[in-house]
Amino acid sequence: MTQNRIAGGQIDRTKTLRFTFDGVPYQGHPGDTLASALLANGVRLMGRSFKYHRPRGPIAAGSEEPNALVQLRTGGRQEPNTRATVVELYDGLVATSQNAWPSLKFDALSINDRLSPFFAAGFYYKTFMWPAKFWEKVYEPIIRRAAGLGSLTREDDPDGYDKGFLHCDLLVIGAGPAGLMAALQAGRAGAQVILADEDFRFGGRLNAETIAVDNMAGADWAAGVIAELNSLPNVRLMLRTTVIGAFDHGIYGAVERVSDHLMVPEAGKPRQTLWRIYTRRTVLAAGAIERPIAFENNDRPGIMLAGALRAYANRWGVAVGSRVAVFTNNEDGCRTATDLRAKGLDVTLIDARKGEMVLDSKGRLGLQSIRYRNADGQIHNLSVSALGVSGGWNPNLSIASNHRGRPVWDEDIAAFIPTDGDLAGLRAAGAAMGAMSTHGALTTGAAQAAAALADLGMSAPTLDLPQAEDAPVSITPLWYVPGGKGRAWIDPQNDVTVKDVKLAHQENFRSVEHLKRYTTLGMATDQGKTGNVLGLAVMAELTGQSIPQTGTTIYRPPYTPVSMGVMAGRASGMDFRPKRLTPSHKWAVEQGAVFVEVGMWLRAQWLPRKGETEWRQSVDREVLATRKSVGICDVTTLGKIDIQGTDAGKFLDRVYANTFSSLAVGKVRYGMMLREDGIVMDDGTTARMGENEYVMTTTTANAVPVFRHLEYCRQVLWPDMDVQLISTTEAWAQFSVAGPNARNLLAKVVDQDMSDAALPYMGCREITVCGGLRARIFRISFSGELAYEIAVPTRYGDAMIREMMAAGAEFDAVVYGTEALGVMRVEKGHVAGNELNGQSSALNMGLGKMVSKKKDSIGMVLSQREGMNREGGYRIVGVKPVNPADSLTAGSHFLANGAEAVAANDGGWLTSVVYSPHMGHSIALGYLRGGDKRMGERLRVVNLLAGKEVAVEIVSAHFVDPDGERLRG
Amino acid sequence: MAEHRLKALAPLGAHTARVVRIGPLEIREVVDVAMASLAARLGREAEVATLANKAGIALPAAGKSAVGAVYTTLWLGPEQWMIEAPFASHEDFRPILLELFHDTASITEQTDAWVRFDLEAADLPLMFERLCALDTRKMAVGDATRTVIEHLGSYVVKRSNTVYSVIAPRSAAASLFHALETAARSVY
Repeated sequence: MTQNRIAGGQIDRTKTLRFTFDGVPYQGHPGDTLASALLANGVRLMGRSFKYHRPRGPIAAGSEEPNALVQLRTGGRQEPNTRATVVELYDGLVATSQNAWPSLKFDALSINDRLSPFFAAGFYYKTFMWPAKFWEKVYEPIIRRAAGLGSLTREDDPDGYDKGFLHCDLLVIGAGPAGLMAALQAGRAGAQVILADEDFRFGGRLNAETIAVDNMAGADWAAGVIAELNSLPNVRLMLRTTVIGAFDHGIYGAVERVSDHLMVPEAGKPRQTLWRIYTRRTVLAAGAIERPIAFENNDRPGIMLAGALRAYANRWGVAVGSRVAVFTNNEDGCRTATDLRAKGLDVTLIDARKGEMVLDSKGRLGLQSIRYRNADGQIHNLSVSALGVSGGWNPNLSIASNHRGRPVWDEDIAAFIPTDGDLAGLRAAGAAMGAMSTHGALTTGAAQAAAALADLGMSAPTLDLPQAEDAPVSITPLWYVPGGKGRAWIDPQNDVTVKDVKLAHQENFRSVEHLKRYTTLGMATDQGKTGNVLGLAVMAELTGQSIPQTGTTIYRPPYTPVSMGVMAGRASGMDFRPKRLTPSHKWAVEQGAVFVEVGMWLRAQWLPRKGETEWRQSVDREVLATRKSVGICDVTTLGKIDIQGTDAGKFLDRVYANTFSSLAVGKVRYGMMLREDGIVMDDGTTARMGENEYVMTTTTANAVPVFRHLEYCRQVLWPDMDVQLISTTEAWAQFSVAGPNARNLLAKVVDQDMSDAALPYMGCREITVCGGLRARIFRISFSGELAYEIAVPTRYGDAMIREMMAAGAEFDAVVYGTEALGVMRVEKGHVAGNELNGQSSALNMGLGKMVSKKKDSIGMVLSQREGMNREGGYRIVGVKPVNPADSLTAGSHFLANGAEAVAANDGGWLTSVVYSPHMGHSIALGYLRGGDKRMGERLRVVNLLAGKEVAVEIVSAHFVDPDGERLRG
Repeated sequence: MAEHRLKALAPLGAHTARVVRIGPLEIREVVDVAMASLAARLGREAEVATLANKAGIALPAAGKSAVGAVYTTLWLGPEQWMIEAPFASHEDFRPILLELFHDTASITEQTDAWVRFDLEAADLPLMFERLCALDTRKMAVGDATRTVIEHLGSYVVKRSNTVYSVIAPRSAAASLFHALETAARSVY
């Protein structure tokens, strides 16, 4: 038996769990938290404070804990800043202290505590102002090391996290007496109910009290209700699940700690799950959080909230000390004294309502004695190892205020309470709404659930309300013991004292929001759950305003810290987003292709062959082989949209700048699509497969935006047109076959006549391949070569590329990747993504004549704007270095010779740059002011980022076959 | 369709369809169903309804699917449906439907645009709640609706109390399958 264990409690003493803290082995039992087990072993010191490195122990027994922050686990699973008060003990648990060096008991940086006069609020802002450049490199790293909240191992987290979605009629947050009654009420009514509690045992405060419900132990009554709820198929009980916040439209976030109570998660199971709960109504039954009373040196290990001291004794069978004092200003504190006395402990009650005050405490690493004043003014020293402090209870209204609801002050309990309507669809119940007795919790829990059901038009059965105590709170507010000279702690996590609040007041940081930022009150992992009200009460006193006039800061999600892992869910590493694979992917992998992500697609970027060590070797070879004989490229990723209907042609005339209704069946045309503002949106080819049937291709990047745009046009702009759309991007495996031998290769695969007469330039046909498979062929070219695009049903794409490579062996056919594709399109002067940059018009691209003025189309009118048609505007040009040995850099800016490199002299920029193996040097496309009239001119291109400048000559953008003889061949 | 010499690949990249069991769950890659979309031409809706009825093709309302002797139909949008039929007899699906609907509807081949996984287990909503925002517990047999799974616009069809289909873009089949397996391991 460990030294501080006493009888009773909800722990399983038949089983022993072994764990270590700072390397020292200890034992506990199932049902323990790390904090309760350490306290049972006589360990009160669990951490060092943030700023002054003061020795600290737990002050709470729940998630509000500010002090007892430890690092849990080791290696990739190590997690800093876990609260020992909510860590469920498991066999083999390893915890270490943080923010202490070399050890928790002897921490060198506790020197900060001696230097505390220098470290008051605002210290950093005042001290590290100068020199400004020192902040990031010098001051911040030093401060961060001194004031830390644990550290990261920088190893990958080996565990998985899930995300999910739940739906219910009523979400009940908290499974104490109010929450249980709410869930029971709604559960019996047949509503879909989710009951979530952050604890690993349902029952809330009933587990920590000796209070009877219906003449049985409160915890037993709770277990009975849980058993009934478990039997209802419409009720979902979620243990270890913290509702972290309320979001829009009845959506709540909740983190379920699925495996945190295990050494490692079971195979395949997540460590945690982030649930998005869609609920129609919510009952907030999150209870209340006790607050301390500040006095000198009130932060020693062993000084706790009175309710926590009682919880450790009642729920976990732990006496933090055998000689105990309780300092209270309300009736609930007396309950601690009563319960501890019943456990056989020696308890001194110091009741502030009678004028009794604790003045100071002693004990270097833990409480040894207190100094207190009697009602008659006598000062006493009392040797104690534990002190319970109760300054009253604050309803836990955080989530009710997530939508900026402003709580109101309730004089009876001296605390803020939420008001109905603070958050649409949410009602607070029990202590969370200020009903502080067990009777109040049971009654309001049932009533608020019934009200929620009534909203939903569901009837609620009448419940027999269990009998329970209904004691008054009887509080005389006391925030801090006046007259002390030393430091009295308000927010132990951030080391904020009464003096700091006074300093903030003195320096005119008086609004609660300023107070928070100036002193850091209520920041960091605990978000001021115990300290906030104290801080603003002190400020209220200083300003002479009431507490409600002073107000509170805004409560924001998350309620308690949430790991980044669970936010990411499964979307990490290689699973960050789905991958789209092309039909030739398997074949390309076999070839050792290098892939590039294009949106979600993985495309072959180049396909290295034996002996090629550098990417340019592969790309140059692919380009030269294609131009010499034949190359194949998987172009499935281009968007394909099937457009049918008797108005399909007219529809295309409106969405494209050029005309398609006049396109003959069996023909393909290059089309350009504008936005309303006249800027180019996308380009591609569209084929007319039948009288009322077209197939549009889009760029890979714009496949979805263009489809969405067309649907908008069809459904919203012109619902009277007979047009039907559907995407067929994925239905067809499409390959470009380009080069002088393209026709010869395809003739071996295609079942029909491939002659120029049968399929002329810009022709398209439905064909069959390889002995009868339905396919489509389009004679179009992006490379400037004789070229086709051939499409087969996707499932045959893999077989098709193998078939074509076999057929192409006699022509030394290659497959080329996106790099070679890019090189060839720049050599041919075709625009692509770099030129379709969302700022450029058809005129800029040298395609101004494509915008037909004989018909109306989207963007036509605004493309006529004067500013967009000015002489001397940007025009696409080809660019080559004067010295062929010079390489160009995309993004470099044109400057006239001798002009200073400033924005005023900017002549445009290089949009696309490639090394052209055909030309033997670097070539580029660019937008140059007045570029269409500047052929042969010599300029500089300047790259200020790299400090590079190259002399260039402006040439035609068509570096290869400017007359287009090859593609018509 | 005439005999040709090309061999098909299933969406997951093998020559045969994949079937896995994870606990009580079976995930089946379905490759024996042909699909085509049917959209009524403007003003021809009544004719389409009549012709469909004659052909034994039910045209369900929004959010629904309907099972016929040969054809199963899913609602896609106003006056637009996806029609499923056995692949063996309907590999070249469009001409078959054109024969039935003539010029009253726009018909597009869709078989290879999609991957379909059939999931079979007793309590599939446990799995779907980790995959999509859809409240699958509220779905009746025959309900078919679009949702987002693994960032992919997908259809979920409740074929029976124990069988649901997920129909999603074919190119992302491997990623979707991985997401399904991962969710299954979380649950089962």
